[in-house]
Amino acid sequence: MAGLLSSSPANKAEASIVEGRVGLLLLPSWVVIGILLVVPVLIMFVYSFLTQDFRGGVIWTFTLEAYDQFFLDRGLFGDEPPQIEWTYLLIFWRSFIQALFAMIFCLLIGFPTAYFMATSPPQSRSMLLFLVTIPYWVNLLIRTVSMKFLIRDTGPINEWLLAMGMIDEPIRMINTAFAVQLGLFYSYLPFMVLPIYASIERYNFVLSEAAADLYTGRWSTLFRVVIPSVKPGIIAGCILVFIPSLGAFLAPDLLGGAKNFMIGSLVEEQFKGQAGDWPFGAAVSMILLTIIMGILLVYARNQTQSTSRGH
Amino acid sequence: MRKFTKLMAAATMVLATGQAVAAEKLSIYHWFEYIPQELLNKFTAETGIEVVMDTYDSNEAMLANLKAGALGSYDVAVPGDYMVKIMAGEGMLDSYSPSELKNFGNIEDKWLNVDFDNGRKHSIPYQWGSTSFSVDTNVYSGDINTTGIIFNPPSELQGKVNVLDTAGETLVLASIHMGFPQCSTDKAQLKALSQMLDGAKKHWASFNSDGAKDVLVSGDASAGMIWNGFGAKARAEKASLKYAYPKEGYIVWMDNVVLLKDAPNRAAALKFMDFLLEPENAAAVTNYARYAAGVKGVAPYLDPELAEARENNPPADAPSGVFVQVCDQATQSLYDAIWTRLKK
Repeated sequence: MAGLLSSSPANKAEASIVEGRVGLLLLPSWVVIGILLVVPVLIMFVYSFLTQDFRGGVIWTFTLEAYDQFFLDRGLFGDEPPQIEWTYLLIFWRSFIQALFAMIFCLLIGFPTAYFMATSPPQSRSMLLFLVTIPYWVNLLIRTVSMKFLIRDTGPINEWLLAMGMIDEPIRMINTAFAVQLGLFYSYLPFMVLPIYASIERYNFVLSEAAADLYTGRWSTLFRVVIPSVKPGIIAGCILVFIPSLGAFLAPDLLGGAKNFMIGSLVEEQFKGQAGDWPFGAAVSMILLTIIMGILLVYARNQTQSTSRGH
Repeated sequence: MRKFTKLMAAATMVLATGQAVAAEKLSIYHWFEYIPQELLNKFTAETGIEVVMDTYDSNEAMLANLKAGALGSYDVAVPGDYMVKIMAGEGMLDSYSPSELKNFGNIEDKWLNVDFDNGRKHSIPYQWGSTSFSVDTNVYSGDINTTGIIFNPPSELQGKVNVLDTAGETLVLASIHMGFPQCSTDKAQLKALSQMLDGAKKHWASFNSDGAKDVLVSGDASAGMIWNGFGAKARAEKASLKYAYPKEGYIVWMDNVVLLKDAPNRAAALKFMDFLLEPENAAAVTNYARYAAGVKGVAPYLDPELAEARENNPPADAPSGVFVQVCDQATQSLYDAIWTRLKK
């Protein structure tokens, strides 16, 4: 991902000089990536083409059944003519929309926050950074459960509103889509703030002054000068929020009441639930992986095109 | 040379302690919040065997973990009735002979020849109880002894119902509600079941198993499926909760301590099973978990409250509960599909 984001020519030149010398030094990283990333993904890939063993496990016979189950609906009893299976597409769609909204909200709040932090006096910057990270010293599960306490019908928010006479009965927040969005937003906000902060901190504000000297309005400066300059940070932030939100199931389960499967909980159910359909769980993961790879590739290609056009 | 000798000595010591620890360790794979720590301490004090425990929140999660390679790292597990049968069928259980347990005779007669382990070759009773639901009587004051509370809730309870997030028990209770047999392969029945669930889901607040008590106590839900002992604990925290014995029927279950295949320390596992068959210890689990032990002679050690608790004493007019049945693969996949459709 770092490669995608740091594509300025200076970086490239530096990288090629260093590459030869430290190639061997990178070996440990490659081994770790190989064992902890490539091998598990390969196992998943292979399992997704195997036959389901009842109640978990696989039988070593090749089949496309898992993918067939994902895309084709043959009715509850498997005897109807195949149609497009909407069940899983709907689950994917819901997860994608939810992740997209989480990303947008994080960006809307995260960008001004990062801008404020990066433009405040250097001595208070480290303090602000520190404040952003404090809540994340606590485990995600605990933070999510605490959120649940806050927003439930008998929680402090509703109690306060009731006591102030602003509402007559508690506002239903827990077990709603709103609660899930709130949970995702809150969980991943710093992943948006920190990369943007890093970009803005490096941004040369002389450019903004120059724009102002040339009678550019404030909004125009923001959109035509600042944002293009800090774009790598924004994109890194968006990717860092979008992808974990996509697989998240803590917030949907604890705050949303687990009423609908998310991609994450659908996969979990295949391995942990009664179904015990490992090949299908693996196939769902492979499909998700393919979609995300596709998105990142399209992005990377656009990025290289726009850089080469720029020079 | 001296250095080498020292090294050897150190290595031998490490090996020796390693062995000593291994010989004195018992690994339990158990449900969450199901055994008091004091009881484990007592076992260690009596036998010198150190206890290590991992927990799970559903029978299926335990099976999945054991199948994924954890078999061989635990000595005992505590599966429910139908899961004992499944695990025995998968060859995941070791067997013992009654002579290996000096307290074997303490098992209550009615739990000796059970359908899921006839004659008790792999398992001993741990606790048994029922699965039904509790209702907050401050919110709903009508008759709670019907499965309609969950699957066709009265207006006071709509949007305030929690169901267990496990396909097994929730779908069996739904079948009981419809009057259908378990493991049905009848197309019309399964379609009706699926439709009924889709309609009922509109009135549900959440699917939650390990928080089944918490959602009721906090008021997030005013009616919720729950295990009887968990229901008793909920009532202790909120007196207006009442456990239901629906007239259509409900689920009974028994959790059992099983001897796992390839147990690292079979002898310790048998000692632990013997320990749990001591009436005093079985009663300690019951007092903690609020279910019932399947062991003779526990009465003098039980918390007197349990003798009166509604959760442990079905009223005279309540029907008897049914055990969850084990379906074959083809049938099970239909129920899995219904569950997935319900949660899509």
